[in-house]
Amino acid sequence: MFSTALTWSDLAFLAQGAGMTLAVTVVSVVAGTILGILFGMIRVELGAYWSAPLTFALDVFRSVPLLIQLVLGNALQSIMRLGWPPFTTSCVVLSLYTAAYCTEIVRGGISAVPPTTRRAARSLGMTWWQDMRYIVAPLATRVSLPSWIGLTLGVMKDSALVLWLGLIELLRASQILVTRLQEPLFILMICGAVYFIISFPIARIGGYLEKRWSPND
Amino acid sequence: MFNYTFHWNQAFKALPHMLDGALVTLQIALMSMIVGLACAIGLTLFRLSGNRILNGFATAWVEIARNTPALFQIYMAHFGLGNFGIHLTPFTALLVGIAFNNAGYLAENFRGALKAIPDTQTRAGRSLGMSSMQAFRLIVLPQMLRVAFLPATNQMVWAVLMTSLGVTVGMNTDLAGVTQELNARSFRTFEFFALAAVIYYVIAKVLTLAARALAWRMFRY
Repeated sequence: MFSTALTWSDLAFLAQGAGMTLAVTVVSVVAGTILGILFGMIRVELGAYWSAPLTFALDVFRSVPLLIQLVLGNALQSIMRLGWPPFTTSCVVLSLYTAAYCTEIVRGGISAVPPTTRRAARSLGMTWWQDMRYIVAPLATRVSLPSWIGLTLGVMKDSALVLWLGLIELLRASQILVTRLQEPLFILMICGAVYFIISFPIARIGGYLEKRWSPND
Repeated sequence: MFNYTFHWNQAFKALPHMLDGALVTLQIALMSMIVGLACAIGLTLFRLSGNRILNGFATAWVEIARNTPALFQIYMAHFGLGNFGIHLTPFTALLVGIAFNNAGYLAENFRGALKAIPDTQTRAGRSLGMSSMQAFRLIVLPQMLRVAFLPATNQMVWAVLMTSLGVTVGMNTDLAGVTQELNARSFRTFEFFALAAVIYYVIAKVLTLAARALAWRMFRY
């Protein structure tokens, strides 16, 4: 029952796939977070009325399936003749997707800082930037970090969808092995275990921080 | 600017097909949500039961559902179950995968909602002579559903978006599948998928608004 045709080089192939998953995730999360912080600040500073177009645009990224977004992004880059490889396209689409969610998190974090605290900072003669840097940022980070960790894990899991653009990441790699070795359950279980091992500890840390840092205690 | 001629007409001509697909999408999402809700309530009861085996089973389900990609879960239902001689059609595999995912996330929602209901409520119910099942069903469950309603509607929107993953296991009757078939025939990728995106967006928005209206109607005192 425990004999398998899986060889070490196949496992290396899977590891390569996992590396691709992590690479796509890291690039997208970093870019998406920077964009998200920027958009979040714009949304808070401009108010609901003036930032309505931005809100709508970001809402589209959250209401359309990621698979469709990836296909559209890929079609658009070939229409515009940008000649991007699948990796770039995937990262760009995933970054925008991440940014859409991150904006909400950042906005929630900034809104959680009481306006009186910010006014106090300004009354002490701090500039807008100093207020943002020394008052809002530390307080907002406490509120936002647990959900940001959740978002990162979400993007890690959603990055499985880039297989549709032909990128060989963890799930696609295991699918290729399944096609060759015809042992779907065993290989998929390895694949799931890898996802689980990456995701579970970080999710636990997020849950711990959420409990530890909850604002009303 | 683009050096590409858009053929929106083809996409609009295919709109009726795509709307049929949208119906199938909604159907799968709804069914997966109903199955998911039932399983989630079961999992919540398992976790409350104090039985270590049941509790372990529920925890394992929730953690696997939450810590692996939805696409992986659908693959597992489609390819993985084949090892046991269970061969699901893409429709059933998609349904099973999404329902499994929904159940995990909903059970976690329910756990959060349960924490919001004080223990004293159950005890008050028991003091009035209710059995523990009655106290759960008549006192705790309605309040829990009230707290968990909005997160659950989010999950419903997620379920709609997740149905698009069916296309990767060969599903060709839902919105993404229909779009992909049309695309394979004419290679008007951008036009077809842009239209599909609009339909998905409308479905998501209508569901969100409907849920809000429903919550406003049902949950006012």
